[in-house]
Amino acid sequence: MDFETVIGLEVHAQMLTDTKIFCSCSTKFGGTPNSHTCPVCLGMPGVLPVLNKKVVEYAMKMALATNCEINKSCEFARKNYFYPDLPKGYQISQYAYPIAEHGYVLLDVNGEQKKIGITRIHMEEDAGKLIHDEHNPVSYVDLNRTGVPLIEIVSEPDMRSPEEAADYLKRLHEILVYLEICDGNMEEGSFRCDANVSIRPRGQKEFGTRTELKNMNSFRNVQRALEYEIKRQQYLVENGGTVVQETRLWDDAQGATNSMRSKEEAHDYRYFPDPDLVPILVDDAWVEKIKADLPELPLAKRERFVNEYQIPAYDAGVLTADKTLALYYEEVVKLCGKPKVASNWLMGDVMRFLNEDKRSIRECPIKTESLAEMIKLIDEGAISGKMAKEVVEDMYKTGKSPQDIIKEKGLVQITDEGELIKTITSIIEANQAQAAEYRSGKEKVFGFFVGQVMKATKGKANPQLVNELLKKMLAG
Amino acid sequence: MEFNQSTIHELQEKIKNGSVTASQITESVFSRIDAVEERVHSYIRLMKENALAAAKKADEDIKKGDIKPLTGIPIALKDILCTKGITTTCGSHILHNFVPPYNATVVEKLTAAGAVFVGKANMDEFAMGSSTETSWFGPTRNPWDLERIPGGSSGGSATAVAADECIASIGSDTGGSIRQPAALCGVVGLKPTYGRVSRFGLIAFASSLDQIGPFTKDVEDCAIMMNVLAGYDPKESTSVNAEVPDYRQFVGRDIKGWKIGIPKEYFIEGIDPEITAAIQQAIKVIELCGGVCVDISLPHTQYCVAVYYIIAPAEASSNLARYDGVRYGFRAADVRELLEMYKESRRQGFGAEVKRRIMIGTYALSAGYYDAYYKKASQVRALIKKDFDEAFKKCDVILTPTTPTPAFKIGEKTDDPLQMYLSDVFTISTNLAGIPGISVPCGYSTSGLPIGVQFLASHFEEGKLIQIASAYEKNAKIEKRRPAL
Repeated sequence: MDFETVIGLEVHAQMLTDTKIFCSCSTKFGGTPNSHTCPVCLGMPGVLPVLNKKVVEYAMKMALATNCEINKSCEFARKNYFYPDLPKGYQISQYAYPIAEHGYVLLDVNGEQKKIGITRIHMEEDAGKLIHDEHNPVSYVDLNRTGVPLIEIVSEPDMRSPEEAADYLKRLHEILVYLEICDGNMEEGSFRCDANVSIRPRGQKEFGTRTELKNMNSFRNVQRALEYEIKRQQYLVENGGTVVQETRLWDDAQGATNSMRSKEEAHDYRYFPDPDLVPILVDDAWVEKIKADLPELPLAKRERFVNEYQIPAYDAGVLTADKTLALYYEEVVKLCGKPKVASNWLMGDVMRFLNEDKRSIRECPIKTESLAEMIKLIDEGAISGKMAKEVVEDMYKTGKSPQDIIKEKGLVQITDEGELIKTITSIIEANQAQAAEYRSGKEKVFGFFVGQVMKATKGKANPQLVNELLKKMLAG
Repeated sequence: MEFNQSTIHELQEKIKNGSVTASQITESVFSRIDAVEERVHSYIRLMKENALAAAKKADEDIKKGDIKPLTGIPIALKDILCTKGITTTCGSHILHNFVPPYNATVVEKLTAAGAVFVGKANMDEFAMGSSTETSWFGPTRNPWDLERIPGGSSGGSATAVAADECIASIGSDTGGSIRQPAALCGVVGLKPTYGRVSRFGLIAFASSLDQIGPFTKDVEDCAIMMNVLAGYDPKESTSVNAEVPDYRQFVGRDIKGWKIGIPKEYFIEGIDPEITAAIQQAIKVIELCGGVCVDISLPHTQYCVAVYYIIAPAEASSNLARYDGVRYGFRAADVRELLEMYKESRRQGFGAEVKRRIMIGTYALSAGYYDAYYKKASQVRALIKKDFDEAFKKCDVILTPTTPTPAFKIGEKTDDPLQMYLSDVFTISTNLAGIPGISVPCGYSTSGLPIGVQFLASHFEEGKLIQIASAYEKNAKIEKRRPAL
């Protein structure tokens, strides 16, 4: 049977505020357990939450960047359940009235634009962490993360393959990082994803029974878990079984999902409006102020790069995937005026060096001025492309300017015609037989002469000039 | 007269003219405690050493001429208010060993005003009760008749004032927990507007209803206390940043021409005839003061108790979830795993009434029942509030009985929660509407039990309450009796 996959994602993004959502404790990752805590985030008796306004503004930024409608009035609700990492016995979240709804993100699917709907964005506080003793039957509670602000972005079930799901996640991640409201670090849990997945016979309108997948901490794992789960569901259906609505955990080592709890075991969270907090009212002026502060978003930047710099969409995609990389690129272009050449060098050699060293563009030792200068030197013919390869590697290793490197290594290209004519004359004289062959029509021999000239000049001869002179002189 | 029997304003005069020291006042309070506390049981914890030290410090300040509004005045705190470094139990086993690392905002304010804290007053467990019988530390007795309850949940705060075991005290009122015990113990008790006094550090029962207020020996003291307690607190989101008047200016002003609303729904069958008679008498006094009584209607009054017993337990079920034995308070011993630890800690840690309300509240918020209970109750609550908004277009202040009966016997209603809940029938609506209310002594039953009259005003009109209560107090000339202890 031919099946269609239906995927919806719930993304939790940690907001990059200095302090927690309802108290003034630090949000820094790490730290001695329970050192970033106070009576408020510890859920002590009688304490009260006071909302960090920045969290609302960050959520509004994300809402605007994903084409959502921001609700004029929204409220916090309590999600009630017991767990040792949840000190109050409830999580302050949003339920009936979230900050924003009805948005979308555009994906490029097989060359066509596809809209992935966003159901809602809401604000909430994070829970703490349990640390289980490896040797004794004891668990410890670290509440440093308790009260760190999160936004949850819930998509419509609009994705039809694990690739689309991964692509959607990358787009969201990119937007969050662009907005500078989330550091996007998946390993530290700043960007987390749960997936709802079901299958149905192609053409069927009704959704199949879905399962919820948790514990996937990389883009790759999201894709792997979805692929596994789709196969598992297909196998069940094809063999007369049925999919059960449940929550399943991805096991990275095992490469499989395992049942965590069934629908019957699901919590009744008893949501109700939090009486300790007042409704948040958002007027148009506030929205306009946030809108005015929005940076250029990845999609817009990509389109602008294609139009303004006349580079391929692929290049624009790579260069805008990281805001700092895009900024770096634009500076280089501004200085050298060669957009395509700049893109080639940046995407080729420079990014290869960075990838090899697992560095980001922020840590790139090559200054934008240096890369631009090097491109100019090639264009002026001062160095050859081949020389530039050596220069760029040195620039990366030492952080020196191209001029300094060229000088140190004596890499100056020979563009002096007189000097080259002398060299070529002596080479032709020494290789009369080959010269005769060339003249009789065996043009292959031309390469031999180029090689000889380069050897004699230690590669410093300007290749174009060598070609020109050789052709003329061999012709006699 | 002993110092401990005096009011704040009387003592302030004496302190200023040097005829008494703060230490003498505090000592007189503790000698009274030595004499009667065993029988009354106003306190869960006494803070004698702290109090004597604070009094000594107050005397030094007085010598320097630094006299603040409550300098040297012994005050009792309901044990629902967090006190830094001092065990705060909320009347519960589950918090029997909890020592807060912070002060409630009102504790900070009282400290800054020079108050001397006598101790932590007894209360119904988590303020859930109308008789102070649900306290894990045993019941408080009414000083007017030790066989009777003092009201609740702030019973200890009321008796401490009534039995002169302090000069004034702090309570909290979620459905009448200040006004009802004030009435049953013959003292003045005020529940301010929701948002007027900071709730930070008040252990939550029902967050949208809880409000802190004072118990005092007369209305002027009530004004003095409100001057200290009222005001915006950035630590509380529901705190209202509205101007705070000097409440003392309302003391002694007349109420000529004021319209006094008499809601027909509060004069119903089932009220003790002695209460009815006392309230009729109070109405006459108010008319003699120049007040004009007008008949008003609060049509949704009959739903108040039902609405309250959905909303308050719903909020409580969530507020009390934090008492899980993980971080502080009581944790059951000999448990093997997490769920058992939760269940046993809470089973052994909470009393029956608290468990009953947690269950009612959990049920009211459950999937499939939320709309029928919590949501419906919230909608009716809005109608109750609207009733008052309409009523205050026709009158300045509303007058009602505070309680349907005088103090009942200990044990009389403990097996009948519904009867117990009905003892708050006249005070609950105030909390649902968020408006302020005051109970003032208005006489005694033939058996000598105090009776209270309640005045209600619109949001942030505590000044009006002080004004009418003061005018009433002055003109009613209620015989000043002291409980025979």
